Amino acid sequence: MDALRTVDSDDEPEECRKVIAQLYEFLDSELTDDRRERVREHLDHCGSCLEAFEFEAELRAVIVSHSKEQVPESLMHKLALLIEEEDRLAPNGSSE
Amino acid sequence: MADKKNFSSDAMQYAENLYSAAFRMTHNAADAEDLVQETFLKAYRGYDSFQEGTNLKAWLYRILTNTYINIYRAKKRRPDESNLEDVEDLYLYRRLGGLEAVQAGRSAEEEVLDRITDTDVKGAIDSLPDQFRLAVVLSDIEGFSYKEIAEIMDVPLGTVMSRLHRGRRAMQRALLELELRKAAVSGNLEEGNRS
Repeated sequence: MDALRTVDSDDEPEECRKVIAQLYEFLDSELTDDRRERVREHLDHCGSCLEAFEFEAELRAVIVSHSKEQVPESLMHKLALLIEEEDRLAPNGSSE
Repeated sequence: MADKKNFSSDAMQYAENLYSAAFRMTHNAADAEDLVQETFLKAYRGYDSFQEGTNLKAWLYRILTNTYINIYRAKKRRPDESNLEDVEDLYLYRRLGGLEAVQAGRSAEEEVLDRITDTDVKGAIDSLPDQFRLAVVLSDIEGFSYKEIAEIMDVPLGTVMSRLHRGRRAMQRALLELELRKAAVSGNLEEGNRS
């Protein structure tokens, strides 16, 4: 698949490339305060990086909202039974 | 030391999350149920060794992950050395900018984000090799920190970061392929209607 966006990563200024390399750590809140502040400063004056960061943040939200499974009610019941059964078979470990 | 009597009230609140993660690990409902039950049984048996006041959610995920790895590694009888071809940063974003939006006033990015469904996201996650999938699930879906994931998966922090970042980019590629396929199918349908 060819890159469709006109600006290729090779044409990006060094400063943008450095900031984009820290994208995930930024979104994951894993950067030190210092580095986080420097990324923020860059985003304040670089529209194209800001747009890319916003896209990635939205994508993350979309992924989270579309990845849940409905837990079967029968499983919750089975888990409760499992613990009851375990207490019955090994009452020594259950308390006191 | 945690009191076993409190196990149900302490741990049951995480059952739903554990089930979602187990489903992404095993790819199906029946195995996910088994995995969660095995996890709860082990957690209950070992609950007196859990340090009260520490991170119970992470502790449960560690048991879940270890149980999964033990069962499925044993089944495969070989370590998971899967290689994942790496792709560049902003993979999806860079490929959407040149696409024309279907509706005026909306960007191709917004269009694609709106079109993504549960099936797409689950399919894209499921397409990742084990180690990458685990890292992505623990971070993106469960919200664990890099340090917590390192403890859960028992790997160094740098390994977590590289698996996570590569896994996410590979997932973007899988998502793009799914969206392009859907677009091609609906395009074909329109053509069909016109003729």
